[in-house]
Amino acid sequence: MATKLPKVPVVIVGMGWVGGIIAAELTKAGISVVGLERGKSRDTQDYYHVHDELRYASRYELMQDLSKETVSFRNTMKMRALPMRTYGSFLLGEGLGGAGVHWNGQYYRFLPYDFEIRSKTVERYGKKKIPENMTIRDWGITYDELEPYFVKYEQMAGISGEKEVPSNIGKMSTPFATAPMKKSPGMKLFEDAAKKLGYHPYVIPSANLTEVYKNPDGIERAPCQYCGYCERFGCEYGAKADPVVTVLPVAKQTGKLDLRMHSNVTQIIHDGKKATGVTYVHTPTGEEYTQPADVVILAGYLFTNVRLLLLSKLGRPYDPETDTGAVGRNYAYQVNGASTSAFYEDREFNLAMGAGALGSSIDDFNGDNFDHTDLKFLHGANIRFTQTGLRPIQYQPVPAGTPKWGAEFKKASVHNSNRVLSVTGQGASMPNRYHFLDLDPEYKDAFGMPLIRMTFDFEDQDRELVKFIAQKTKDIADQMGATKTEVHDSIKQYNIVPYQSTHNTGGTIMGSDPKTSVVNNYLQMWDAENVFICGASNFPHNSGYNPTATVGALAYRTAEGIQKYLDKGGSLV
Amino acid sequence: MANDKPNQPQDESRRRFLKYSGTALGGVVLGGVIGGLVGSNLNKTTEEETPAPAAKQPAADAKDYNQALMFFNQDQFLTAEAAAERLFPKDDLGPGAKELGVAFFIDHQMASAFGTNSRDYMQPPYYKAEATQGYQLVFKRRELIALGLDAMNKYSTAKYKKLFVEIAPEEQDAVLTAFETDKTEIKDVPASNFFAMFLNLTLEGAYADPLYGGNRNMAGWKMRNFPGNQMSYTEYIEKEEFVKLEPLSLHDHLELG
Ligand SMILES: Cc1cc2nc3c(=O)[nH]c(=O)nc-3n(C[C@H](O)[C@H](O)[C@H](O)COP(=O)(O)OP(=O)(O)OC[C@H]3O[C@@H](n4cnc5c(N)ncnc54)[C@H](O)[C@@H]3O)c2cc1C
Ligand code: SF4
Repeated sequence: MATKLPKVPVVIVGMGWVGGIIAAELTKAGISVVGLERGKSRDTQDYYHVHDELRYASRYELMQDLSKETVSFRNTMKMRALPMRTYGSFLLGEGLGGAGVHWNGQYYRFLPYDFEIRSKTVERYGKKKIPENMTIRDWGITYDELEPYFVKYEQMAGISGEKEVPSNIGKMSTPFATAPMKKSPGMKLFEDAAKKLGYHPYVIPSANLTEVYKNPDGIERAPCQYCGYCERFGCEYGAKADPVVTVLPVAKQTGKLDLRMHSNVTQIIHDGKKATGVTYVHTPTGEEYTQPADVVILAGYLFTNVRLLLLSKLGRPYDPETDTGAVGRNYAYQVNGASTSAFYEDREFNLAMGAGALGSSIDDFNGDNFDHTDLKFLHGANIRFTQTGLRPIQYQPVPAGTPKWGAEFKKASVHNSNRVLSVTGQGASMPNRYHFLDLDPEYKDAFGMPLIRMTFDFEDQDRELVKFIAQKTKDIADQMGATKTEVHDSIKQYNIVPYQSTHNTGGTIMGSDPKTSVVNNYLQMWDAENVFICGASNFPHNSGYNPTATVGALAYRTAEGIQKYLDKGGSLV
Repeated sequence: MANDKPNQPQDESRRRFLKYSGTALGGVVLGGVIGGLVGSNLNKTTEEETPAPAAKQPAADAKDYNQALMFFNQDQFLTAEAAAERLFPKDDLGPGAKELGVAFFIDHQMASAFGTNSRDYMQPPYYKAEATQGYQLVFKRRELIALGLDAMNKYSTAKYKKLFVEIAPEEQDAVLTAFETDKTEIKDVPASNFFAMFLNLTLEGAYADPLYGGNRNMAGWKMRNFPGNQMSYTEYIEKEEFVKLEPLSLHDHLELG
């Protein structure tokens, strides 16, 4: 039998960026919070020996232990889903700070267009432009409404960037907190080439600090050392904004955060209208507890957010056959695959050096910044050159046609290790009626509960987008003074094996229609007013950007909503 | 709260760490050549201690008591060494897999949690998968690698009447290709799965930190001018010219008790 604990005002499931931000905001306002995190605690000093590609990048030291829980996957409803037995396409966070510890820190506010994608598409091209089964919709919130929350995240994290951003992206009421990253030679080549073509390059806004910065909470951090061990690693300088070095110390300082590690939440307890708390297992002892609370917050990344709702039978599960229900709807991802490699015979670059968010990019072919009238896809991609630190195990640059092993392979991979610059597209992902999340009928986690099942594939929309964006990457790379360039312009089926991005979205989407969305624009659940769900699971589609800027803004919005709710109760919209 | 500076290095070990890295408190980079600075600082602090194995390395053939087997049997080790050398051969750019210690690396990995798939989802049932669904075999990595190496010997004995290590390099390549392309007709080992995993392990062994038994003397890194793990590149990141740094390994950052 589960041990019943005394009731608390707020319980949060998952202590990554979302859990951390909400915990900090609520505890600062004097509200007591219990934070449940299933992984272990960690701190900057855990990373003094972090420059280890094998342990952290290849063996996924900081990521979720898949032996206990994974995701099952199939491309279509006709296939049998099979478990992702080992990592590939995306890497799940686990432990204090979640994936916020081992992210890159590339920071992009979504475009104004994203939040009103359906209306704006219909307005400019007519209803017919939207293909059958493409379930794009407005988010129930506008860019302008969300703008102040982006600012909060930027000031908290010390986001760096240029004073003036191009006019084809959202306007900023407050400039970035710190100066932009330094420019490497590759970034200069990219920017010069893009300008020559009439595009509008800018240094990627970054959560790798560029100067000593003290944030509004009084947290002071040291700048990034461009150490090259960032993506998949924790930062030994605390220079990369991560929840452990930004929001969590603030929450802890208040004395109002009761943080419980190794606490795996297995259920939301509810009466059909409201939640009364959660059940969790303390994993080292196997003991079960129930934690009653006035407000339950799901901040466990989209797979957990969706899975807990379905396991607890809270909300209406999505049914793709009838196109009804909401929980699990609009799963989307990131469409990578458009890129051009530029090979330089006459020079080498310092490619081992870099930072998770070091690079330059353009948005001239992102969102609706270009005319789609004659194109067979919607949206687009942020096109970029990044220098994140190339490490020798995972980076084997060889020209097309090189054998995969043996003398020729060795020669080519060694020769080219510092000679290739890549221009890549990070493509938007449009939702589809048949891309969704539900419970797996066969595979179970370590507690015997069903895994979450993903049904997802690339569609013509994605293949057309990649073809188009790839040509743009080539146009730019061709202007970068390389000896030769190689374009990659086709994708086939979605394959869960190669790493692509941890930019999974949807499943508990936000919106203004309670029938087809799970939460309103305060991320409050339509079907249970004291349950708030926050994360990329709220995105009705994914933009041509990394998600966390928008996730962070939504987390600040959620925190505000919870305070309102605790004051007044009822639906906030 | 205003005084809360969670990331200001406060404790002694952090201070030392930053000193090694040529980084002052607050993150301002001091001296010029960081690699050199780190090296000299370290030499000073470790003077009275046992010199680092990487630093002594008088000759590649000197005895290294850390080189012995944790998992393979003798035949498997020799087969792995010969096979890895064909995948990543010695040439005028630098050492091949054998000299880099790749077979030791693979042996140690197979003895580790990775070899037993301890952090992978291994629950049944197992079904035939589409390629898009990834690895779906019952084999643990160490089983696949050991059986695969045995199978290479079986195959070469059947075809050439000799063990894999005894056949000519071109014949070894032919065996490897047969495994890579699933043309072995050996039933009980999924040859191409074995091959892909073995190739991956070979590259890891060439380039992982030397602490894992491969990349001996950081020679894999040196070949690519990879600086290993330096603490800071702030000084160099904007430089137009290519900067060559003497690589550092994790051993160089370890504070010995
Ligand atoms: C390698 C990598 C690079 C990335 N780079 C970027 C980038 O450059 N820019 C960008 O914008 N985004 C990036 N991301 C994505 C970014 O990390 C995520 O968007 C962000 O961290 C999500 O925060 P979250 O709080 O929603 O979820 P998470 O950080 O995943 O946190 C969820 C937490 O909940 C816990 N949890 C889950 N289930 C339970 C349960 N049942 N009970 C208790 N606890 C639970 C987990 O252990 C985890 O700690 C990257 C991700 C990865 C993996
Ligand atoms: S690149 Fe910068 S932010 Fe990233 S881990 Fe290194 S020092 Fe930290």
